[in-house]
Amino acid sequence: MSLFKEELKIVNIGLKSFYEDLKKQGAKVVHVDWKPPLGGAKAVKLLNDFSKLNIDVDKANKEAVERIMNSQPTLIGMGIARDVVPGMKDNMILHAGPPITWERMCGPLKGAIIGGLIYEGKAKDEKEAIELVESGAIEFDPWHHHDGVGPMAGVATPSMPVFIIENKTYGIKAYCTMNEGLGKVLRYGANGPDVIDRLKWMEEVLYPVLKEAIELKGEINLKNLIAQAVQMGDECHNRNRAATSLFIREIAPAILDTSFSNEKKKAVIEFINSNDHFFLNLSMPAAKSATLAAEGIKGSTIATVMARNGTDFGIRVAGLPGKWFVGPAQDVEGLYFPGFTREDANPDIGDSTITETGGFGGFAMAGAPAIVKFVGGTVQEAIDTTLKMYEITDAENNTYKIPFLNFRGTPTGLNVKKVVEKGILPRINTGIAHKEPGIGQVGAGLTYPPMNIFIDALETFVKEYSD
Amino acid sequence: MIYKLIKPNSYYDSVTLMLITEDIKKKENIEEALVGMGTETNKEFLRELNMIDEELENTTPNDLLIVVKGENINIDEIEKEVESLLKAETKEEEGERFYSSLEGAIKGLDEANMAVISIAGEYAGLETQKALDLGLNVMLFSDNVPIETEIELKKYALEKGLLVMGPDCGTAIINGVPMAFSNVVKRGKIGIVAASGTGAQEVSSIISNLGCGISQLIGTGGRDVKKDVGGLMFLEGIKRLIEDDDTEIIVLVSKPPYPEVVKKATELLKKTNKKHVVHFVNGIVEDPTITVGYTLEDAAIKAALLCQGKSIDKNEYTYFDFLESFDFDKKVKEEAAKIKEGKYIRGLYSGGTLADETMVLLSKEIGSVYSPKPLNPDYLLENINESKEHTIVDMGEDEFTVGRPHPMIDFTMRKSRLIKEYLDKNTAIIMVDVVLGWGSHMDPAGEIAEAVKAARETSDKYRCVIANICGTYEDPQKYYEQKKKLEDVGITVFPSNASAVKFAVNVWKELGR
Repeated sequence: MSLFKEELKIVNIGLKSFYEDLKKQGAKVVHVDWKPPLGGAKAVKLLNDFSKLNIDVDKANKEAVERIMNSQPTLIGMGIARDVVPGMKDNMILHAGPPITWERMCGPLKGAIIGGLIYEGKAKDEKEAIELVESGAIEFDPWHHHDGVGPMAGVATPSMPVFIIENKTYGIKAYCTMNEGLGKVLRYGANGPDVIDRLKWMEEVLYPVLKEAIELKGEINLKNLIAQAVQMGDECHNRNRAATSLFIREIAPAILDTSFSNEKKKAVIEFINSNDHFFLNLSMPAAKSATLAAEGIKGSTIATVMARNGTDFGIRVAGLPGKWFVGPAQDVEGLYFPGFTREDANPDIGDSTITETGGFGGFAMAGAPAIVKFVGGTVQEAIDTTLKMYEITDAENNTYKIPFLNFRGTPTGLNVKKVVEKGILPRINTGIAHKEPGIGQVGAGLTYPPMNIFIDALETFVKEYSD
Repeated sequence: MIYKLIKPNSYYDSVTLMLITEDIKKKENIEEALVGMGTETNKEFLRELNMIDEELENTTPNDLLIVVKGENINIDEIEKEVESLLKAETKEEEGERFYSSLEGAIKGLDEANMAVISIAGEYAGLETQKALDLGLNVMLFSDNVPIETEIELKKYALEKGLLVMGPDCGTAIINGVPMAFSNVVKRGKIGIVAASGTGAQEVSSIISNLGCGISQLIGTGGRDVKKDVGGLMFLEGIKRLIEDDDTEIIVLVSKPPYPEVVKKATELLKKTNKKHVVHFVNGIVEDPTITVGYTLEDAAIKAALLCQGKSIDKNEYTYFDFLESFDFDKKVKEEAAKIKEGKYIRGLYSGGTLADETMVLLSKEIGSVYSPKPLNPDYLLENINESKEHTIVDMGEDEFTVGRPHPMIDFTMRKSRLIKEYLDKNTAIIMVDVVLGWGSHMDPAGEIAEAVKAARETSDKYRCVIANICGTYEDPQKYYEQKKKLEDVGITVFPSNASAVKFAVNVWKELGR
């Protein structure tokens, strides 16, 4: 009632000229660069129906986000997939993203599966591998159905060693294979002899050394490592340099104490040291163990999974357990290695978007100025990316902080309803795989999820909670 | 050949894109162009122009479409041009920050108390609801908001003690701050509640130019005073002004409200000691205790007299010579003498209420006039682009603005129509409004003068062109510079619409055709 006695303070939503005019007058005004909700007019009805739901979504989301933030991912050990990954079978191959049949799989995923079968000794070559798959003897399942994650193609076979991460707060475990390095690697669909040899070496040398080292050293608190790395210029998705260095600091003394030969110890340390992305396969399951803690919270619209298999992009939502919402994986805008162009690129692939889902990765871009090229080339654009992500997340992280933003917490808790309402899609940093099997990585860049999956998820949410 | 480019996830507002489309259309080799979002309206355009294909059909309102028709076009160059125009539009200046949402913005502006909303109508309801939830008053510029939504929002706002000015509200001045299409008026003791945008601009500007001031100008949107909404905000506005210590005189401006609304409004006015002036364009107030203005100008002058503590004769009909004087009769004779051909008056307006007022005043003096929205239904102008006898058009009407910015911003349509009318041998007199103030074009007189100059150079016949300036001496366009630009091409300029009409009528009568 006292409007006439107050100083007028205006939020301008829409025409920028109105804002300019008010600014010229010296009025107190801010401008909203408004976007229509995803899907346009259809979303208006959906959001109206949503607002009439008889449940306390805010409370549910608060709980989901608190559980994600209070989680304490910890590296507790290693094991062989067949022995430790829940539900893993001898004839099973795990992959990134939502469920998919062999026929619909993209080149890099097929390439990785072929490589996986050769590595397992189930096939001699590509031809045999394809025959084996087509005979129906191999079962495919998403990593996410087994509490784990895999970068890019994300292929894991029964004999592969995996990290075991435990979310100490809630006693939830998550799994991931070890990172092979960059270039021609299985996760980008490469499957030549050098790729297989490296995987064998990882199984026979890297794994036993690291496993013993972790046993000697004891548990490693990954949350602390990620928090430090974020303050050191990593976003722990496309940049893991600081985190990998910190990991070496943690593990190197214990590696020296293991019972293996000096030659092996040196090779292991060199391998980790030569691969800036070694930590990615720890940051991902760390995020997975945290978002798992939010799964199944009734009435929550917080996303617990974003994942791609190179053909489809899928999300899962805390309040809609067990359901995937799937749309076409998008092309990646990016920078290409010499000799490659966007014609060579496969659409978006991998489970690494679990990092964004967990409150870092692309959402923490403002803290990773060294890789701003991926987001358009300027530090300001990296900052803008993070600022925008605050709009579609529910919280600022209590542990992961960005020095440049006055130690503001990273945007955490992707809220599907906000994505639809504000028309802002989550920003994703990613590597780019060649679309043909067997070639590998050709670049890196950024992309978005398809928008229909957020609309579908919200529609299902409204339907499910209407009764 | 048709060239196209789709940019997903890049939203820009329609006015920006319409202006860019106009720029692109002017380029070499281009026959047709559309730079716009993948909305149903834009797709309909493309269908009509045969410029659509399946990929374009499948776009969404979040996708930016660049579609051009012509020969030898380099679409990459067009894209670059569009990008650079867009970049200028969305660029933040040093230290400035745009927000992605209302929630984000209020964190950046402590104690925000007003939202100015000008997004597409289908989304405006949702955004207004959000603003009200957050405790903000709303000026809702958007039109095409469903009437049920308007009623719901206004009822909710009243429960929360908030104002919803609009939908389709172009003019409001709150606490001395002119918003959207409003003029820079002096602050003072006269409060205005207006269900008519240009009506409010005309009244507030004249009051200010007379040396008096405005305490508050509360806009309501035209639909507020009709039966369905029942004057929810119009009546609330009156109450607010009655309660406001800084308001001594209350002025109501509207097209004729629903009788029940008039009754409630007059009851409120009768209960207070504050003085008032009421003007309903083309409407009457039967209650003899109510002080009415006979024109927008008359209402403004009466309010100013009351404000200056002078007594007014309620029945007197005041005119512009109060403001500014020149030898009216002599000027009438001079103009009439120059007109050798034509006998009709043609009015091309950008302000809807000004067009209405012109029709009302003309029909009293010279008989009915044709219009796309005539007072007398028999005088409906069937083809809005072809004038007939006396014709008045409001070029801000939807039929003229589909896919184009409002004529107060973009003069393309009005200029070409003006030239067309000038070249019509039946035309004797052309009337235009020149609306100043924030929101409007920064050189409206320059645009009109350019068209008149071109017309005068093309035609060997003289036609009388009359303009009224709706604006204040403090407006950013600089009143006297604007006036001079008009006068330099032989336009007779008046400080109010009513006086311009009076002049037109007298010239027409002098012609005696």
